[in-house]
Amino acid sequence: MAMRGRGAVVGVGELKPTRETPGETTLSLMAKAGLAAIEDAGLSFADIDGMVCHPIGGVSMLTPSTVSELMGLKLNFAEVVDLGGATGAGMIWRAVAAIEAGMCRAVVCITGSSRRPRTPRAGGSKTAGGWSMPDRSAFSEFEVPYGNVGANVGYAMIANRYLHEYGATPEQLAKVAVHQRDNANQNPDAIFYGQPITVDDVLSSPMIADPLHMLEIVMPAGGAAALVVVGPELAEQLPQRPAWLLGAGEQVTHKTITYAPSLTDTAIQASARRAFDQAGVSPSQIGLASVYDCYTITVLLTLEDSGFTPKGTGGRFIEEHDLRWNGDFPVNTHGGQLSFGQPGIAGGMSHVTEAVRQIQGRAEARQIPDLELAFVNGNGGILSEQVSLIFGTER
Amino acid sequence: MAAKTTSDPTVRPAPHPSDLTAAFWAATTEGRFLIQRCTRCRAAIFYPRVNCTECGSTDLVDEDASGRGTVFTYTVARRPTHRAWAEAGPYVIAIVELEEGPHVTTNIVECDPNDVRIGMPVEVCFAPEADGVALPLFRPTAG
Repeated sequence: MAMRGRGAVVGVGELKPTRETPGETTLSLMAKAGLAAIEDAGLSFADIDGMVCHPIGGVSMLTPSTVSELMGLKLNFAEVVDLGGATGAGMIWRAVAAIEAGMCRAVVCITGSSRRPRTPRAGGSKTAGGWSMPDRSAFSEFEVPYGNVGANVGYAMIANRYLHEYGATPEQLAKVAVHQRDNANQNPDAIFYGQPITVDDVLSSPMIADPLHMLEIVMPAGGAAALVVVGPELAEQLPQRPAWLLGAGEQVTHKTITYAPSLTDTAIQASARRAFDQAGVSPSQIGLASVYDCYTITVLLTLEDSGFTPKGTGGRFIEEHDLRWNGDFPVNTHGGQLSFGQPGIAGGMSHVTEAVRQIQGRAEARQIPDLELAFVNGNGGILSEQVSLIFGTER
Repeated sequence: MAAKTTSDPTVRPAPHPSDLTAAFWAATTEGRFLIQRCTRCRAAIFYPRVNCTECGSTDLVDEDASGRGTVFTYTVARRPTHRAWAEAGPYVIAIVELEEGPHVTTNIVECDPNDVRIGMPVEVCFAPEADGVALPLFRPTAG
């Protein structure tokens, strides 16, 4: 019961993702989201004494002080989390732990990314598809020479292995993208708001890396998201309904999927189990699954490995359930990153902001009625970093 | 093991060996694929490590792998993942499970990308690169 009721999210700030962010920097976007979250929490600037951020391109070190200097924060707790898509979720439990340890009272967790128009590929030998290639790492020696660069290849190989071992139909996987798009059509902040799609649209979109179609692959964007985390005493005094952190789990087993213990039994099993054990609740009690969705296969594997359906039944589970905000098993009610957009690390954070808004009853047109418990999973790299969280309305 | 060399016109980003990986890459120029063997727990290890990833022992010795394995999983990249492959057309990126156990990232060559299947028997072949290394690739096992 390590995490249950020790802290809550009380403020949300999130910018609408856009394809490009002309004139903005990652730092400027992060500051805007951070300030919005502090204001939303009903706190003043000077109340914030903790800050968690993530590595930022062009800032090779001393990242927390770079962010806090820009914003003018005075910090008792300054932290950087580097867990890829699991970073946002990983920030939340670390903030609660720091508060619980007496290091600080109110922590702002900030994520973001600017995005420039694509420039023609030319020159430079140390980058591959935008991924940095540190000289003489295992990655540069044993992956890059084979073109195993970027996330598409890894998730495609995971999907093919899953289909070989357990099977799922293309239509079942496509339904994830379609229902999440339906959710996005209730969310004006989603990048694909107002653009419904069908299963046929997904399956007729170009094959990028077998078996992944273009509409099963997340689209990069620019944007930022921030949350304010406080302890129980402060949470009860603030204007927003607290979204209590009830449980958290984390698991990291590999970087490149070639060296993962398994391609189909993922590290999510361990992170989700710990989160559920800490919360003292079971998957059947969860009213919202807000889970990382860089690809449709990621959602299927997460639903299985978090315990919502047995291993090998994910395809059938998706077919048999309505994943929309008003359905019998709501998944990614903000649209997921597939339809909300993926503003870098803030894409992973969007699963946390959505769970918090739903628990707080502030999800407007897509609000799940009478929601009490929400499950969040953050996923980094190629199913490598995993952080699971459970939020509830009651401490 | 198969030591036949294939030539591939694609200019790939070449590996740059470190002290840890120098023996592995030197062996590739002789048509040999080295793995490490833990002398304590007998685990087979790829890629070269400082310590056994199973038991933590640092008593690791190099060993010639058979060069045979099966396709554990794969994808056909229909869009280039790197500019070196910009003109290559669809190509296969795969994880091969060696007979000895370890998984290896590679390309499957000498066959139509659409014919690759999980479980397909494959064997190593080597493509000479600049800078004194040869890149291990895998092709369907003859016969």
